[in-house]
Order: sequence, then C-alpha cells, then structure tokens
Amino acid sequence: MGNRCAVIGVGQTHYTTKRQDVSIAGLVREAAVRALEDAGLTFKDIDAVVIGKAPDLFEGVMMPEAYLADALGAAGKPMMRVHTAGSVGGSTALVGASLIQGGVHDRVLVVAFEKQSESNATWALSTHLPFSASLVVGAGGYFAPHIREYIRRTGAPEHIGALVSVKDRLNALKNPYAHLKIPGIDLKMVQSTPMLWEPIRYLDTCPSSDGACAMVLSSESAVTGTPAWVHGTAMRSEPIFRAGRDTVSPQAGKDCAADVYAQAGIADPRRQIDVAEVYVPFSWYEPMWLENLGFAADGEGWKLTESGATALDGDIPWNASGGVLSSNPIGASGLIRFAEAALQVRGMAGEHQVDGARTALGHAYGGGAQFFAMWIVGREKP
Amino acid sequence: MREVAVVAFAQTAHTDHDTGLSEPELILPVINEVKERTGLKRFGFTCSGSCDYLAGAPFSFVSALDALGAWPPISESHVEMDAAWALYEAWVRLQHGDVDSALVYGFGKSSLGDLRTIMTLQLDPYYLEPLGLDQVSFAALQASAAAGDRKELDAIVRRSRADGRSNPYALDLPEELTEEYAVEPIRKSDVAPITDGAAAVVLAAGDLARELCERPAYIRGIAHRIEPHYLGMRELARSASAADAARAAGVGKGPVDVAELHVQFAHEEPILRQALELPGDTVINPSGGPLAANPVMATGLIRVGEAARRVHDGTAARAVAHATSGPCLQHNLVTVLEA
Repeated sequence: MGNRCAVIGVGQTHYTTKRQDVSIAGLVREAAVRALEDAGLTFKDIDAVVIGKAPDLFEGVMMPEAYLADALGAAGKPMMRVHTAGSVGGSTALVGASLIQGGVHDRVLVVAFEKQSESNATWALSTHLPFSASLVVGAGGYFAPHIREYIRRTGAPEHIGALVSVKDRLNALKNPYAHLKIPGIDLKMVQSTPMLWEPIRYLDTCPSSDGACAMVLSSESAVTGTPAWVHGTAMRSEPIFRAGRDTVSPQAGKDCAADVYAQAGIADPRRQIDVAEVYVPFSWYEPMWLENLGFAADGEGWKLTESGATALDGDIPWNASGGVLSSNPIGASGLIRFAEAALQVRGMAGEHQVDGARTALGHAYGGGAQFFAMWIVGREKP
Repeated sequence: MREVAVVAFAQTAHTDHDTGLSEPELILPVINEVKERTGLKRFGFTCSGSCDYLAGAPFSFVSALDALGAWPPISESHVEMDAAWALYEAWVRLQHGDVDSALVYGFGKSSLGDLRTIMTLQLDPYYLEPLGLDQVSFAALQASAAAGDRKELDAIVRRSRADGRSNPYALDLPEELTEEYAVEPIRKSDVAPITDGAAAVVLAAGDLARELCERPAYIRGIAHRIEPHYLGMRELARSASAADAARAAGVGKGPVDVAELHVQFAHEEPILRQALELPGDTVINPSGGPLAANPVMATGLIRVGEAARRVHDGTAARAVAHATSGPCLQHNLVTVLEA
C-alpha cells in the first residue's frame, strides 16, 4: 500500500436541487477552497489535482478537467480526470491517495462534482449504444429487479426499505450540507409516496443534487491540522454481462471489502468499524450491502437494519451524514462517503458525529453494481 | 522511484472508417496479443482511457470489461482521458510496491460522429463553447500564432505519411498533399485523419520486467502538466506545459534517439520539438505519428507503445513519448524510456 497518506482537509458545498448562483467552475472551486481552508493551506501548497465525475453527458461538457483547470488552481501542475461510473467519487479519492502512497506527491487536491440541474440524469443514463436497445429507464429501472430478488431470497418484510429511508433522512437533519431535509418524516410518509419502480417508492430514492466535495490528501511529512489516516484502499470491477454473476451480492464488492479489511487488519467489520458511509442510493441497498460487506450473514442484513443497529445511536451507524438518500450529486456521492468517513475519525462531523469514532469505512459502487471503491480511515496512524 | 518498464505493446490495424466492430470487439484482439506476448493472464492493476462522447452514450468503457474477461473481479480504474494518462495512473500504482504488473488500454471510434464538432464540447460551456469554434478552428488560431514555414509543415506531413505507409498499423494516406484549407492557415492534409482503433500496453516492475521482456523499455521519467484553458492566457506559439513536463521527466538528461509526439496538426510538431528541446538528430514519429493514424483516446498511449517498441527491438537506446489533451496542447504528458 506504499507510503502513509492522510486526509487533512474536507470541503463540501450545500447540496441542493439547483445551484443557479454558480457555474460548474464556481461550484468545484467552492468545495476546493473549503477543503484548503480546513487544511490551513492555499492552492500554492498543492502538487496535483485529481477530479472525478460521472458521465460527461450529465452536464454536456466533454472532459471538463480542461475547462476546470483554472478554477482549481491546476495550471502548471499535473491534473487527472477519473471516471469509473457511480463509484467515481471513491475512485477519485483512491487515485489521489495513490499519488501520495506511490511517493509521487506530498499534497494532492481531489475534487468530485455533479451539477445535475444542467441536464436530466435519468435520460442521460437511458441513451444506449446503437443496436443495444434497453427497456430500462434510469438507474432505478436497472436496480429494482435486483432488490426484488433480494427480497425473494431473504423473505425481508416490505417495510425494511422505508425504515432506511426514514433513518437516513433523520440523520440528514443533523448535517448542514444535506440536500433533503424532511422534518417529521416517518414510515407512513414514506409508504404513502408513489411507487416508481417496485418496490422503490419516491422517498426510497436519492434526490438529484448539484454539489461538489473536495479533500486535501497529504503525505506523512506534509500533514497539517487533524489528519484521518488511510488504513486501506481497494478497487474491484467485474463485467456487467457475465452470465453467472450475482447482481444482488456481487463478487467484486465482496473481494474489494476483503482486500481493504485485510490491509486495515479488520477481521470483524461489525465490531471493529465504528461508522460506515456506504453508497445507498435506494433504501433497500442498506440491507443488501450489510451482507455484501460482511456486516451481517447472508439473508440477515435486513434484520440488522430492523434492529436499529445502523441508526446514529446504534452499535454500527451507517450513513450518519444522511447518505446518498439525502444528497446525490452523482459523481461526488462516492467522494462524500469517503470524506464523511474521514470527518468522523477526525471528530469533525458536528451534530452527526458518532462518539469516539476511531475507524470508518467509505464505500462507493457504480455501473451495474460492478465497480467498487472502498477505503478505511482511522484516527491513529496505520 | 521503483523501476517500471513497458514490456509489451499491441495495436489494431487502424481504419479510417467504421468496420462494424463494437468497442469490446476492437479491444479484444490487442488485449489477447499482450497477454500472449507476456504469458500473463491476470494483472495486478488495470487502467483504461476512453471518452463517452465518441460513442455518444454514457459509460462506454463499461462493456470493455467483457473483453478483458474480468473474472474473478479485477483491480481496475478508468480515466476519461487519453489512455497515456491511464498508463501514468498504472505507473503510479506500481510505485506502491505490492503489485508488479499492469494492463493499460485505450480505444476510440471517431468515425461514429463528427469529431471536430464533438471536440467543441470540451470548451468552457459558458464563454467558449457557445461561440461554436470547432477543433480545427481552435488549432488554426495556434497555427497562426506559430506562423510555421509552409515548406517545413509540408515536409512534416509528407514524412509522416510516408512513414505511415510503411507502418502496417497506420493508414495509407496519399503522397500528394492538398492545398485546400481546412481552416486557414491549416490545410486539410495538416490534420490528423479520422481513425478507429485501440491499443494495449503491459507494464511490469522489477524482476518481472526482465523475465517478461528481453529488452524492457524502462520508464526513467514520466510527468504531465496542464495550463490555463483560455487561449488568451497562453502564449500559443509555445507549449509551456510540454516544456515543464519534459523538464520534470528529464528529457534533456541524455540523447534522444526517437521521439513519438502526439501531433494532431502539422504545426504542433515544431512547437513540441522546441518545448521538449529535442536534439536535431532525433528521429520524430517513425511510426508516422498521429498524422498517419489518430485513434482518439488511444493515440497518446500508442506514442508510448511505439517509442517502447524501438527500445525493445534495439533501434533506440533512449526514446521519448508525448501525449496531449485539451484544446491547443493544453495538457501534456512526457515519458522517457530507456533500454
């Protein structure tokens, strides 16, 4: 895993449906400046910039790193653009960390964004290559059958999804950056919203958000302020059309978790990890990922959710920030997970801080649940 | 830094038209070729470069995983950049020391759309893109600023096409040049052709490099720099970022037998020669370069592959590869390879 790497600055924008007051450049710069302020640094202290976002079709700007170089203070420096589908925010953090771990740079700025109001992501995702027509509309259309298969296999009762929808939105009320704030949200409210893609109701889905997130990553010798140390990093990918693959609990997710746990010395994630920020864009993905990531045995994930263990006051809080269900600037959503994990172990998560958090998991997935990026961060040096 | 070498390179026989192959079908043979050549079936890391806008659909790189046979799941990443930057990411990953091999590939079918117009979408969406300047018009601004000697530019195009005709992977472009302008002062023959193609490279570190390749092409330096996007903020007749990258990569630390430059327009060659401070006896683009085959998103990686190939076969002891991205050479990556 190479040289030690730490997160020394985190910056986020207030996630919302439309940021009409800023350009794309203004949006990413806002997050970058906040991350630099958090680290007590300026653009001059940065050696390289890594930027990530989901498909360029979402804003209609091709390879936007060229245009964003100026706003991110990258002129005269190396700049890279990462794109690994929905997991891209996580991958962006990992590519930045890799530059430190490989001994190439001492301080790297990583930024991810999406300005969903520039277009319509659902339809941008529904454009297919010639001669590969698809009946699926948007991500919900793709993932709903996988969720139905999860329910069929495990016999999970139908209210489990809504429990997650309520829990994550209650957490969002404590996060100043969260997009959806629904005071008084309860099971009945979620269950009364329209069915979009069975069993996904309107309030079981993530919103469309404008937003950016940035982190300053540092080598051991260049640390400023309060560091969150990187204890493990891993990416895994598997082919979308492989006939035998299990789309409900993908092997790539299991392998990625096993890799990152081994690096961080984690044998029992439920006990050893204090808080997890996991990519849950549809509520049912919490129990599904609880199993895939080894927090619960196969078929038992929904029971953990039902028991309240994943709530902010549970023994293994998941998405204390409100998660993707509360804020979803798609390309940034993975990086927000990684950044929130870092905030927790730095003790800087504010009202949604998990007391005494020492070890945290950041997780992102993308494509047809086939791309995975994860890291473990800790309060202590690895 | 850890010793990392290019140990294998493969590319498609590039075409100037759509042959009906999908992207995974385009990639599969070159992936198989580098796997056969190295005997490796799995790699410690995999990274690719491609662009959704060439295919006109999101996630165009996703189906490429099918061509890799990525099972069991692999450690993999992707850049929405020329695959030369995928090679850079893989080189960085190999510096960690826990894995010894990496597969890098890039692909693009620019025949499917109107590349010149598509590239307009790369510009600042608020102030530049609405002006509607296409890629060639932008390049013409740089060509005007550079005010290259017409005879020298013609010689560059003739040499590139002649070398391309003797390169089985490049296009066969005619000897005669056209005087017709694409956008004045750029003539149609100054412009890199529309090309479909793919390429793959295998990197190996330490002992594995020597096991897999008789004469590995060691990466002695690799660096990239971006410069301001707005043309008004740059001195267009020069490439400051290419010069910075070349210095950081150590191009000037020794003789340069061969340089493969990502020249998409004839006038870029003198600009790059000057920026990289290449000696007068350096052989430029013996493959024909992008003026003879320009499979966008793989073109930069092919420069690394072609430079490495000349180290592998002993015709060069030290070679330089250059890749570029963004309008008017905004972003440049320079790699120094040695036997």
